[in-house]
Amino acid sequence: MAVEIRTNGVKPVRNTFGHLARRFGDKPATRYQEIAYDVQPEVNLHYKPLWDPDGEIYDRRRTVVTMRDWYALKDPRQFYYGSYTTTRAKQQDALDRQLDFAEKRDLLRLLPDEVRESIVFALLPLRHYEWGANMSNCHVAAYGYGTAVTQAAIMVTTDRLGMAQHLSRIGLLLDGNTGESLSIGRSLWIDEPLWQGLRREVEALFVTRDWFEVLVAQNLAADGLVYPLFYQQFDQHVAARAGSALSSLTDYLLRWYEETAKWVDATIKTAAAENPENRERISQWFRNWRDRMAQALRPLSQSLLGDASEQALAAVLAQLDARAAKLGLTV
Amino acid sequence: MAADGDRKPAKKLNLKENYALLTRGLGWEPSYQKKEDIFRTVDFEGVKIHDWDKWEDPFRLTMDAYWKYQGEKERKLYAIIDAFQQNNGQFNVTDVRYVQALKVFLNGIVGLEYASHRGFNILGRELPGVGPRIAAQMQAIDELRHATTQIHAISHYNRYFEGMAEFPHQFDRVWYLSIPKSFFEDAVASGPFEFIVAISFAFEYVLTNLAFMPWMSGAAFNGDMSTVSFGFSAQSDEARHMTLGIEVIKFLLEQDPANVPLVQKWIDKWFWRGYRLLALLATMMDYMLPKRVMSWSEAWTIYYEENGGALFSDLARYGIKPPKYADVTVKEKHRVSHEMWSVFYTVRDALGFPIWLPSKEEMDWFSEKYPETFDRYYRPRFEYWRELEDKGTPFRSSTLPKLCQVCQWPCLYTEPDDASEFVHRQGEYQGEIFHFCSDGCSDIFHDEPEKYVHAWMPVHQIYQGNCFKEGVDPSAADFNPMAAALDYMGIKPGVDGGSMRDHVDAQRWESWTARPANMHEGAITDAVRKTT
Ligand SMILES: [Fe+2]
Ligand SMILES: [Fe+2]
Ligand SMILES: [Zn+2]
Repeated sequence: MAVEIRTNGVKPVRNTFGHLARRFGDKPATRYQEIAYDVQPEVNLHYKPLWDPDGEIYDRRRTVVTMRDWYALKDPRQFYYGSYTTTRAKQQDALDRQLDFAEKRDLLRLLPDEVRESIVFALLPLRHYEWGANMSNCHVAAYGYGTAVTQAAIMVTTDRLGMAQHLSRIGLLLDGNTGESLSIGRSLWIDEPLWQGLRREVEALFVTRDWFEVLVAQNLAADGLVYPLFYQQFDQHVAARAGSALSSLTDYLLRWYEETAKWVDATIKTAAAENPENRERISQWFRNWRDRMAQALRPLSQSLLGDASEQALAAVLAQLDARAAKLGLTV
Repeated sequence: MAADGDRKPAKKLNLKENYALLTRGLGWEPSYQKKEDIFRTVDFEGVKIHDWDKWEDPFRLTMDAYWKYQGEKERKLYAIIDAFQQNNGQFNVTDVRYVQALKVFLNGIVGLEYASHRGFNILGRELPGVGPRIAAQMQAIDELRHATTQIHAISHYNRYFEGMAEFPHQFDRVWYLSIPKSFFEDAVASGPFEFIVAISFAFEYVLTNLAFMPWMSGAAFNGDMSTVSFGFSAQSDEARHMTLGIEVIKFLLEQDPANVPLVQKWIDKWFWRGYRLLALLATMMDYMLPKRVMSWSEAWTIYYEENGGALFSDLARYGIKPPKYADVTVKEKHRVSHEMWSVFYTVRDALGFPIWLPSKEEMDWFSEKYPETFDRYYRPRFEYWRELEDKGTPFRSSTLPKLCQVCQWPCLYTEPDDASEFVHRQGEYQGEIFHFCSDGCSDIFHDEPEKYVHAWMPVHQIYQGNCFKEGVDPSAADFNPMAAALDYMGIKPGVDGGSMRDHVDAQRWESWTARPANMHEGAITDAVRKTT
């Protein structure tokens, strides 16, 4: 085999693509780098989009945040499609074992009625919150600049659909697969006065056009209150009365939240550190949406946690402010 | 729910019920904001939708199923790509001409997958129904997969061959790459319904098999296991995308009779636009694959004339007619690849890959596959060019051809009914003259001239002095506009384009593999002559 003998000693002419060599030097690039950097067209764009005649298909001006290099917003998880799907598949396998166990033992259906009802009241409307978060992140994926941030956003978009479906599964475990709990959750989301504050803010996000504002509002301000409030505080409240059956299923949501927060934090921290105008603007967005979300959640929290509510909400807010301060925001 | 706590055993759900329940009613009618402020782009095209719920998500995949299914495919794909790289699989392809086809693929096609990804991101945000949004989002992330895995499958080649290292830079600047680029940007710049008719139906449903089958079997025939594995792995995604394409068309046509003429117009436009894009593929299939699978003419017969014929007779009940100018594509199938390879040959110094003349053996194959045209029009031309090469005075053109304002191909197609006459179509808009390669492109322009005047026309830009790097001084005594433009595009003269016989890829290939760079012509360097 003459071919193999010769080609074994062949040295590559270059180690990576030119755009990656200019960023990181001529060494083999990671699979993340090969897709995350510079693949989005930058110049010589054709046509004016009919849906935005004053803009271009890829347009830096769709946010007031400015960056010298939008690829500074890298994903610390270094997710590319393959590592993203295989990671989620593995997590889902583990979750399936929990779901199976809960189903076989009827864990949720065996809870006292009033506990089951309070879980339906607290968690099933959140399916729609997740669907809203899906839309918000898809807005970032659609109108954001640079693959580093937009590809992470489309992954979070599909994640949020997954979270909505996971919450649906919790509902089906509660109602024995009739779907009744889903219908109840939906009516609560649409009509129940206690839920209207949150729905109003979610709809307000749907008409917010600046994609970076949407990213901050949804993934930092809103999630930073909703996730700890429902999946920690409310969950503990249930656990104290009825054991850890629910926690075994909400744990998945919390772990997802912690993982995604790494991307959210890195993105916001880098953008805020870029220049004082960014820092000021992002801080304003954060404070505005934090306050609106907190106000929307207060009556819900009171109804769910009773006397413990104020303390729980204060703890969650303090935690979020500490996180935002670490990202360089003025809180 | 049952407050009495009566606990019948939980109902068993099949997959369809499970999907339906998990996504049931996720959306809601907004009441704090106006619907038209949330979904701002669904109305301006004039499509009428009465019931969004009639458009179900055809994929019906829950996210957990999607992650597992796709994750498994990714694991298998990367196992093959890893093995390919470890074994230096790039040296097992037929010859180095095949690698030139991969350059066109990486530099011209990856950008399309990417644009498709971004276009579906927009639809995933802007379509008001839950089913359509989920379908668009899944396709959006699928298309990201395609761009990603294509780069990963081809990345290893870049370490050994020229012309791939600057693929994003070139996609934005190289004159002939604005053929694919303008195609997809045209679609993304359209409204959501035109986009989905263009991409999901006209491109993926009607034309994708044509891109897929011959190209992937071509990769297999030529020993490129990396690209083949990517292709077959992507095929199951494509099956979903095609389903979306046909369901969308039926949904639009069933929603309102007023949609029929709009859909027909978009089918006509995007069929022609897609067909012109595929001329790139025709050229690759016939000229760049050392081992050929089938001719372009055969592929067009099977995958468009036969399959497409059945499709459009099925759609006739909605009042949809076969695409306008389909007859022209059938007339042109005997010519496109030869005409385009001839263009590439003459401007080879301005290309990102080297060019060669077909060997005697290949010309005989063309004579057999193209009995009506090859011996009459193209063989004499190639033989003459071969003679000039042998005399040391190869034919070349130092000017770039005029481009079609719509498809961006050089205006060097011939009349549908006369292969010896070049098509000349031009039109006027606001006092300016525009040129077209065909009646198909002329019609598209005249339907939306205000859009097509904003096409970025590389050759015009060069002549207007806009394609130079910053700091270049066009008034300098030794200024060479063509050289400056190539520099701007990222094409290195003497390294990227030119003739295969002198090309560095060919020389390296022979010294590395001890096999001829062109298996039909014998070795060009001593490295092979000595051992064979
Ligand atoms: Fe694709
Ligand atoms: Fe596709
Ligand atoms: Zn044209």
